[in-house]
Amino acid sequence: MDLQAILAAAQAAINAATTPAALDEVRVSYLGKKGQMTELLKGLGKLSAEERPKAGQQINIVKEELQGILNARRSELVTAELNKKLEAERIDVTLPGTSAAPGALHPVTQTIQRIEHYFGQLGFAVKHGPEVEDDFHNFDALNIPANHPTRADHDTFYFTPSTMLRTQTSGVQIRTMEHEQPPLRIISPGRVYRNDYDQTHTPMFHQVEGLMVDKNVSFAELKGILHDFLHHYFEEDLEIRFRPSYFPFTEPSAEVDVRRKGGDWLEVLGCGMVHPNVLQAVNIDPEVYTGFAFGMGVERLTMLRYGVNDLRAFFENDLRFLRQFG
Amino acid sequence: MKFSEKWLREWVNPALSTGELAEQLSMAGLEVDGIEPVASAFTGVVVGEVITCGQHPDADKLQVTQVDVGGPELVDIVCGASNCRAGLKVAVATVGAVLPGDFKIKKTKLRGAPSHGMLCSASELELSDDSEGIMELPADAPVGKDLREWLDLEDYSLDVDLTPNRADCLGIRGIAREVGVLNNLDVTVPAVPAVPATIGDSLAITLAAPAACPRYLGRVVRGVDMAASSPLWLTEKLRRSGVRAIDPVVDITNYVLLELGQPMHAFDLATLDQEIVVRMAQQGEKLTLLDGQEVKLDDDILVIADSNKALAMAGIFGGKDSGVTENTKDVFLESAFFSPDLIMGHARRYGLHTDASHRYERGVDPELQQKAMERATALILEICGGEAGPITEAKDMAHLPTETQVVLRADRLARVLGITIAPAQVTEILERLGFTVELTGETAQQWQVGVPAYRFDISIEEDLIEEVARVYGYNNIPSAAPLARLAMYRTPEAKLPLSLFQQRLIAAGYQEVITYSFVEPKHQDLLYPNAPTLVLPHPISVDMSSMRLGLLPGLLTAAGYNQKRQQASVRFFESGLRFVPDQTAENGIRQEAVIGGVLLGSQLTEHWREGNKPVDFYQVKGQVESLLAATGALHEYRFVAANNSALHPGQSANIYRGEQYVGFCGALHPQFEKTFGLKGRAFVFELLLSAIETRAVPVAAGISRYPSIRRDIAVIVDRTTTAGELLAAIRNVGANHVVDLHLFDVYQGDTLPVDKQSLAIALTLQAQERTLEDTDVNESVAKIVALLQTKFNAVLRDS
Repeated sequence: MDLQAILAAAQAAINAATTPAALDEVRVSYLGKKGQMTELLKGLGKLSAEERPKAGQQINIVKEELQGILNARRSELVTAELNKKLEAERIDVTLPGTSAAPGALHPVTQTIQRIEHYFGQLGFAVKHGPEVEDDFHNFDALNIPANHPTRADHDTFYFTPSTMLRTQTSGVQIRTMEHEQPPLRIISPGRVYRNDYDQTHTPMFHQVEGLMVDKNVSFAELKGILHDFLHHYFEEDLEIRFRPSYFPFTEPSAEVDVRRKGGDWLEVLGCGMVHPNVLQAVNIDPEVYTGFAFGMGVERLTMLRYGVNDLRAFFENDLRFLRQFG
Repeated sequence: MKFSEKWLREWVNPALSTGELAEQLSMAGLEVDGIEPVASAFTGVVVGEVITCGQHPDADKLQVTQVDVGGPELVDIVCGASNCRAGLKVAVATVGAVLPGDFKIKKTKLRGAPSHGMLCSASELELSDDSEGIMELPADAPVGKDLREWLDLEDYSLDVDLTPNRADCLGIRGIAREVGVLNNLDVTVPAVPAVPATIGDSLAITLAAPAACPRYLGRVVRGVDMAASSPLWLTEKLRRSGVRAIDPVVDITNYVLLELGQPMHAFDLATLDQEIVVRMAQQGEKLTLLDGQEVKLDDDILVIADSNKALAMAGIFGGKDSGVTENTKDVFLESAFFSPDLIMGHARRYGLHTDASHRYERGVDPELQQKAMERATALILEICGGEAGPITEAKDMAHLPTETQVVLRADRLARVLGITIAPAQVTEILERLGFTVELTGETAQQWQVGVPAYRFDISIEEDLIEEVARVYGYNNIPSAAPLARLAMYRTPEAKLPLSLFQQRLIAAGYQEVITYSFVEPKHQDLLYPNAPTLVLPHPISVDMSSMRLGLLPGLLTAAGYNQKRQQASVRFFESGLRFVPDQTAENGIRQEAVIGGVLLGSQLTEHWREGNKPVDFYQVKGQVESLLAATGALHEYRFVAANNSALHPGQSANIYRGEQYVGFCGALHPQFEKTFGLKGRAFVFELLLSAIETRAVPVAAGISRYPSIRRDIAVIVDRTTTAGELLAAIRNVGANHVVDLHLFDVYQGDTLPVDKQSLAIALTLQAQERTLEDTDVNESVAKIVALLQTKFNAVLRDS
């Protein structure tokens, strides 16, 4: 039997097999228990002892070659079959997915969280307080006695002469200092209320109050921390100025203006050194401790940051507006 | 405080432009809010004199005039104003003039008569809103002179938004003093010579409430001509300071108020009975004010009275019956000091706010009354004529503010500001401010500072620190990073932050909203019938007057707002306080943090494969469960079908953890869909944050290395049996090795009686230490089936 002829026939049969199953039939017909190559090996016994090693070697060479061809063809066919299956499973990956489109935090909340983050890095704890307040926490303890002209400026929503919607988050300073001794570092974000409603005022808005009280807190440090904050918040090169102002609960007091490239000065927050009367009202000795406090309007910062023009948009909750902040 | 820049510069004239001056004031704490030119732009307007004035031949209402404008020839001008007459000095817009509004004056003919210019009214030049006839200039106005030049119109009105502490700057005098300090310039104080009395008339003055009024000056001026008109220089100064001219006496008192900061009042002497008594009002005493309003006074209100009646609310508002009128002949002038602390808030109590009350509440210089009286008298005599009596002064030294002594320590100054300012510079700043200063001490230096009485804002060391810092310049104080001892604050791991719940909702497609804490009371009453509510007595509007009892009114309103704007699907959440009246809570109101949501429309945005299935109860419940699961104890929360009148009776549940109320979820009662303008069914939830914000810190358990076995059982039970109670019973029976169970099918249909349903439950069993045998599993399942049979009359359904 001509080994080369068998090999050639096998090669042809292998090439003709187009499925793994057909290939397996070819393998059985040559290498199976009754396959041609197996029969040849069985026939070795008929040969002489001298011829046997050589013939056996030749048969094995061809058998190995055949095995190699078979393996190559098998992997070719498996790959082809897989490819065919995969091709059949092809879909349009550009069709929309099935998850609900995620929502977003309200832009005011996003600003508050950014502020909390910046001050949190410096060890300021976040404190919250009630929104229906009493005159002690909203006014008296903040050095705003009854009849003080400043009270008239607050456009307060009163419930009774002694209870009201808080006009500022500063009351949380008092609530904190009533229970904790310095050193203190807190910020307090939240809703505040003023009886005023027009293009630039809504009867409810948000403030973040900040307070630091320790043995040697200074005005220079107040300037430092607010400079840092404003630069980080706006992430741009802007001018900052501290302008003397008046708040009954701080002294010296300042308003802080920022000016962006080519723009006008815009007031963004109020601040100052905690007034000794305020410290005394909560039994902290102003001779031992000094402190600074600041208060910022969240809507104003949010408007400047994202280019919002109408304050009222924040509380209309139009999805087309809110989705832009996702 | 609005004032004319030129007026200020008469007192002190720094070499600064208008803009620089405004900037300097702002940076010293006197914030300049507005800078307005005192006149609009116009050119070519000159002073003229009407030489002839006659009727237009073809027009009843027109006159033809010849006007001298200083040129070689008289100018023909047609005029329609009825006050036009020969001899009148007028403002003439000559040919080529451009008036405000870019109105060009050309040669023209009016009904055939030539007109080579225009005689201007004050409103045409935008000098006032007075359009009654043409401007009448004083007889001494120089013909031919450019009007802008002659009226000195290249001037600005500066509007300073003064903070309440700086009452001393509520007059040109105070602002000038401040500008002097900032520029190190002397201030030219106009001389106010005493006006000698030429008649002897006076009224006796009694200070019956000396604490509230420790100084009162009065003066009689007889024979005042109320028909005299205020001179242009005066009315122009008033106008540029935002004050309208009224009559000469009022104009003069207003002038003194603006110039010196001293409010004054003029009474019609004829209406006063014998004497002046400054006393507290009798409770309920009535007074008709200048604006015609009648008020009933409380007994802590200071009044100016005569022998039998109240004449005016002291320092607040004059009375109608005693004020000067066009018929007044003799006046009684008042110049007084009222104590700020004792009149503060009184104007506001009566809904009043006047230039006088504004100043008196903040503090008027207690040494100013004499000067103001002399100033006003001189002006009255000059403008209205008359004869002045002597000044009568009543005072109580014990109650008059005096110079205050305040100590400023150098080390305190450095500590508060964070910068050391040279002592000589501190001394200089304080002296420039008008304080008397004495620096003492070698090692511990301090300044003994005498503060004049007009600085009501300075009484403690911090006040002086602020003054030094302000004049030194806040922007000259360096910025420094705060120094502090590092101390961590506690963040208990068991406390779940609000942001965790927010993020879960956002991931599920919810958009956060922020709605007002006050809501429409009608809506709230519908959703929470008969619930006591905190109501704002003076809201912005009625629909923003009821403090919310929960988040539903706001969320549903926001949802309706968006559905009206073509947003079919809405998913909102909000967190914030609800306000529940509760006498046991602080200030009678329980302020509880809640988180809630609303969803409407389809489960997904309309999807090519999933379609747009509408949202349903189980979706909102699933959302709530995903929030509750954050506690790690979801199975401890119970959903109990509930009758919440805001919700659909068959599709709503209250949620409890043990016996503690946690919140609710369900479909909004369909009867309220229209109320909020909702299309389709709305599903809502609300949870008390306090009931979901703590979790147990995890304690890890070992994971079994042995296989688990699942057994499914289907039982037929009454339809009234709820899945919740069935599953809870299985959980509680204590069958061995059950590590998980869940309900995977509910069947109600033809093959079952109408009152029955089949519930299919998958049990997962597993042991920690070995592979379970069939006998173990069978024993546990049997125990469960037995329980269901006894407790729920359940029948095992054939598989």
